Amino acid sequence: MIPASFEYEVATDVAHAIQLLASSGGEAKVLAGGQSLIPLMKFRLAQPASLIDITRIAGLSGIRENGELQIGALIREADLEKNAIIRQRYPIIADTAAVVADPLVRNMATIGGNLAHADPANDHPATMLALRASVVAQGSKGERVIPIDDFFLDTFTTALRPDEILVEIRVPKPAARSGGAYLKLERKVGDFAIVGVAAVVRLDESGKIAAASIGLTNVGLTAIRARNAEEKLRGQAPDDKALAAAGAAAAAESQPVSDLRGPAEYKRDVVRVLTQRAIRKAVARAKGGN
Amino acid sequence: MAVETAPAKTTTGQKLHRIHVVVNGAAHDVDVEPRTLLVHFLRENLGMTGTHIGCDTTSCGACTVLLNGRAVKSCTLFAVQVDQASIATVEGLEKDGKLHPIQEGFHQEHGLQCGFCTPGMMMTAVGFLATNPAPTELQIREAISGNLCRCTGYVNIVKSIDYAARKLREPAEGKAPDVR
Repeated sequence: MIPASFEYEVATDVAHAIQLLASSGGEAKVLAGGQSLIPLMKFRLAQPASLIDITRIAGLSGIRENGELQIGALIREADLEKNAIIRQRYPIIADTAAVVADPLVRNMATIGGNLAHADPANDHPATMLALRASVVAQGSKGERVIPIDDFFLDTFTTALRPDEILVEIRVPKPAARSGGAYLKLERKVGDFAIVGVAAVVRLDESGKIAAASIGLTNVGLTAIRARNAEEKLRGQAPDDKALAAAGAAAAAESQPVSDLRGPAEYKRDVVRVLTQRAIRKAVARAKGGN
Repeated sequence: MAVETAPAKTTTGQKLHRIHVVVNGAAHDVDVEPRTLLVHFLRENLGMTGTHIGCDTTSCGACTVLLNGRAVKSCTLFAVQVDQASIATVEGLEKDGKLHPIQEGFHQEHGLQCGFCTPGMMMTAVGFLATNPAPTELQIREAISGNLCRCTGYVNIVKSIDYAARKLREPAEGKAPDVR
């Protein structure tokens, strides 16, 4: 399959990328790993007039902890998964990177692309919702930090303005006695999720759940938070009864549709089960386990 | 005074881009349309048809090549993106008439039947073994999870990659791998 013709431009730095975007009249697309965009272009579902390749911009693929975790938008999934800071301090992000598509795609795909593409089937959005992350956008009017709850507006639609690019993801430093986990059910390796659940919990000194946040993959127009489930967990001991209540709440507030990955009713039940398992794993990690 | 030449264009007016790419150690400077996929560039511009086009939808891995040492799907990459990069394809595995250990492994362990997935499988394996020289069977299976084979059931492919891993770890030349 051959994409429609387009112009190709290499951005030398962020300012150059913004200038190219601003002058394209909304007809350009940003090219990072290309693992979602290029297939869309081959199917001619996307026919941008030009592509602005941002992968040659230096300094956008680092990971550092500087009060909070700062992840450069251009880091490849394969590097994210192997990063020592991520593996030791943010295992939920390693969980997520490890199940994005397949190992070959992960050698190209970037975390920034996974978020900015805003496919409800992508894995990082739910995890970033659960982690209460924010994304940093740069545009011709400067830089702004967008809380993740305000970022996903609709399927394939984010709060990024036409002349803005996503340059960084910021994740709050993990609180004491907190942990997170991402679980995904897929038909086969490399497929999008039937359902994915990201859970982050913080325990109080007595071992009860002080706060929980839960993100759901591919059961809505965007990745969504399971706020009722979060509410059910607050102040509860993480026992089977509390987890069951949270699972039932998450299932009820999920919005799956029937498609080739299964009927909505089935997916709702998968939400119920995976939510409980993700919370259980997050609690275990909050207690220092794996 | 130097005369500025207009960039080369196609008959439809599409601007071409000059890319410099090293494929299996040989440098190439070629004008390409931005929409030319790397797999088409390799097969049609360079005539290297060892890299296969399977699904053409980022699923099967038959088109896998190494981009600066990392295994990627060349059907999901534009040739313009690999400007200044180094590409390795199946054609570069054999050196001086001697099979690469991964090729020897596929031969010894009967790692192919129809052979269509084999170039991609081998390139994935070479990229993987460079980062994990002593993998477990599970790690091998995980590494090739982006490559589809519809003939073998994968068992002999896994054995072939394990053979290559052991062969590549041998310090001395010509020694047969340990018998398991």
